[in-house]
Amino acid sequence: MRVLKEIGGLISKELILEWRQAYAINSILLYLGSVVFICYLSIGIGNNQLNPIIWNALYWIILLFVAVNGVAKSFMLEGKGRMLYYYSLVSPVAVIISKIVYNSFLTILLALLGLAAYSFIMSNPVQDMQLFIINILLASLGFAGVLTLTSGIAAKARNSATIMSILSFPVIIPVLLMAIKISKNAMDGLDVSVSTKPLMTLGAIDVLIVMTAIILFPYLWRS
Amino acid sequence: MKKNTTSGITAGDIWNYIWKGGTVVLLFYVLIAGLLNDVPRLAILNETIRALHFHVPMWFSMIILFTISMVSSIMYLTKGRQSLDVTASAFVNMGLVLGTLGLVTGMAWAKYTWGEPWSNDPKQLMSLIAMAIYLAYVILRMAIPAGDERARVSAVFNIFAFAVMIPLLFILPRLTDSLHPGNGGNPGFNAYDLDSKLRVVFYPAVIAWTGLGIWISTLQVRMQKIRLQIEDLDA
Repeated sequence: MRVLKEIGGLISKELILEWRQAYAINSILLYLGSVVFICYLSIGIGNNQLNPIIWNALYWIILLFVAVNGVAKSFMLEGKGRMLYYYSLVSPVAVIISKIVYNSFLTILLALLGLAAYSFIMSNPVQDMQLFIINILLASLGFAGVLTLTSGIAAKARNSATIMSILSFPVIIPVLLMAIKISKNAMDGLDVSVSTKPLMTLGAIDVLIVMTAIILFPYLWRS
Repeated sequence: MKKNTTSGITAGDIWNYIWKGGTVVLLFYVLIAGLLNDVPRLAILNETIRALHFHVPMWFSMIILFTISMVSSIMYLTKGRQSLDVTASAFVNMGLVLGTLGLVTGMAWAKYTWGEPWSNDPKQLMSLIAMAIYLAYVILRMAIPAGDERARVSAVFNIFAFAVMIPLLFILPRLTDSLHPGNGGNPGFNAYDLDSKLRVVFYPAVIAWTGLGIWISTLQVRMQKIRLQIEDLDA
């Protein structure tokens, strides 16, 4: 149970850090707002009727880019000395689990705020909100799993920001495709039974990603 | 490397002669028999069915090389020997070469059967994603200075990418219908399999292309190891 305690401590540390370094979360929020606004200006201006397929794809692409930027800092901002300090205190498994949990909360927050901004500026054609939210929860976990591990990998490389994107994009595609498929179902208000199978597939991919990340992270950290 | 200098030839040498010689012989056989042998006459496919001896084995051997690379990455993480890292990287490089050849031969085939070389078929997209993952691996290795850290970090990414690629291989083609043989009700290789004329060339082709891939990869591994030794001597 020591690991659980460590995870709790690390998550609260992340929260305190985020609160004190207010610029990080605020800049991500402004980034989100600006991207949504730019998308509106580029596409939606003049004709407010956005094609649902484009609405959907655009929403997930915005979320992907914002999540990459939001999660990227999770290992890059922490200096070498601080990493060494954690290393002497807690187990690597606790570090990766706490980061994934924290980052999935961050991604969920970004997704919901993004949805709000998106529906405010453009229209909101989602008919089955419940399914859409469940989809966001599952997809955020998958995003956070992939992005947290790749951010740990990219932090070791030069030119981390670009490396982080090229490493994570191909790996994140299965999550993204399933999420887009389910959210299209939610937008069309299809019966839940249509989406059960994709939801389960998405959940299975999440489990696979998180488990692999937890197994591999201790090796990454040993330096 | 100690060699038995008195007799000159070791059991390892003999084994090397056999499999490398076998690869050369099989490759020539595949080239000649694959292009000249009688093939079943099928509508649309016609003579393009010969792509079976080139395109398909290239993909097979690419997957085999990537798997070998992933296994050596796992072994690197558990054992920590530098040569395992060299192996993992060499097999990815050669896998990418075979993957590119497989893509090009597939496009040539698609030009004459589907009417255009690139039609965004799920299988084509899937292969692009697989290539993107391994190109990212190559770039990651460029971005970290050589050493233990690079070996460890790239091994972690290699395993992670391979583990996540597997669902991709099964999910993406099911999202939409593919025209690729073996998908969506299109007859796959097994439908022609009754005709043993193809089988006689296809199985040797798989062995030959895989053998060639492994051969070139091991050459690269040996070159890299010598380079490391020279660096050690200089230092």
